[in-house]
Amino acid sequence: MSLLRFYADNSREALGLLGQHLFLVLVSTLVAVAIGVPTGILIARRPRWRRPVLGFANVCQTIPSLALFGFLIPLPFIGGVGARTAIVALVVYALLPIVRNTYTGIANVDPAVREAGRGMGMTDRELLVMVELPLAAGVILSGIRVATVIGVGVATIAAAVGAGGLGVYIFRGVAVVNDTLILAGALPAALLALAADGLIGLVERRFVWRS
Amino acid sequence: MTAVLEVREARYVLPGRGTRDGGRVLVDGVSFTVDAGETLVLLGRSGSGKTTTLRLVNRLLEPTSGDILVAGRATKQIEPHRLRRGIGYVIQDVGLFPHFTVEQNIGLVPRLEGWGAERTAARVRDLLTLVGLDPDHFRARRPHELSGGQRQRVGVARALAADPPLLLLDEPFGALDPITRAELQREFKGLEARLGKAMVFVTHDVREGLLLGARIGLMHEGRLAFLGTPSEFRESSHPECRAFLEAAA
Repeated sequence: MSLLRFYADNSREALGLLGQHLFLVLVSTLVAVAIGVPTGILIARRPRWRRPVLGFANVCQTIPSLALFGFLIPLPFIGGVGARTAIVALVVYALLPIVRNTYTGIANVDPAVREAGRGMGMTDRELLVMVELPLAAGVILSGIRVATVIGVGVATIAAAVGAGGLGVYIFRGVAVVNDTLILAGALPAALLALAADGLIGLVERRFVWRS
Repeated sequence: MTAVLEVREARYVLPGRGTRDGGRVLVDGVSFTVDAGETLVLLGRSGSGKTTTLRLVNRLLEPTSGDILVAGRATKQIEPHRLRRGIGYVIQDVGLFPHFTVEQNIGLVPRLEGWGAERTAARVRDLLTLVGLDPDHFRARRPHELSGGQRQRVGVARALAADPPLLLLDEPFGALDPITRAELQREFKGLEARLGKAMVFVTHDVREGLLLGARIGLMHEGRLAFLGTPSEFRESSHPECRAFLEAAA
């Protein structure tokens, strides 16, 4: 009840933070897709690069998120205080599932299908666009879904570098030991994660070809 | 008249020096020609180099040395994807695109070649009829809704789509049950005469080879050990020919 009263009293601020949160997740996921999908395609084509690239993405994933935000602050161009730093950190976290699933999706395309496509005279690009990506779309989307859900969670820590978002309430609540305040940030973040999961899951199911 | 396919002293050595199989000779000194309307069967055990030879023709593998000419032109001079669009290719696992309908699968090369929708649709109808599938019934289906035999019929139709003068078939009926297999072999025999294509048909099944081939080329350890008509093959004293005939008896 006290939570509802809190939102009623602070609706403008709460909606503003929610908007910031959505912005952080949306931008970082889009950037991660723009980097991650081509990278996944690249390592599917050049097997020798697969281990170092996936290894690097794996290591990025293991850096504690608060520490990563901290490391970024003193860096020029990509660091500092504010949304830019937060987005860089969120992209770093989103990369692994997207790169890995893009690679897996393409690598799992039936070799006979690839052989037939090449044998009929499809160029590498035609094979990629007409066959490999459509067949891998379901797996790639599930990687994007995981990345988005992780992003919604990690974005709460963006408040620590002054990027705003729902984490502002959580940090404030922890500082003044106020459960209602913590919930005011945590609950919508959790709901947001569930919504993103469901929404992308819906799109994903449309891309499963084999019955 | 130039042969549709001419292979001269083809040799293929596995690349990758220092790796386990690098430097292994898979095909060596293979020469043959195939004329229009003729089916050459490449017969041999697993690992004898028959599939490798086939893949050298459409440049899925690049010959280490030797020349391959399609309709008198050296394949080296033709861009691989251009070359392949002019050669039908059928493989054992068919490799239909699961996200395409039967019609889209068969119409793929015409589409890549920029045919119009109407011309492609008409061609797909003709081809489905040719391979014994009712166009209205099968056009809109997806590969997972077809039986193994129906899938390979679509595979053959797809290979014929742009009316290539040369067809390469790599154990096309190898994954089918014996009854479907015999049925498709019989129909294929009929198609051979009607189509007038040059075909190279790879198999390890000597009966299939004798049934479908105008000539048999027997591959053994990367070389063409025997090349002749089915009756010459039956008479041959070459130990590998004998081995195949005895295994089939």
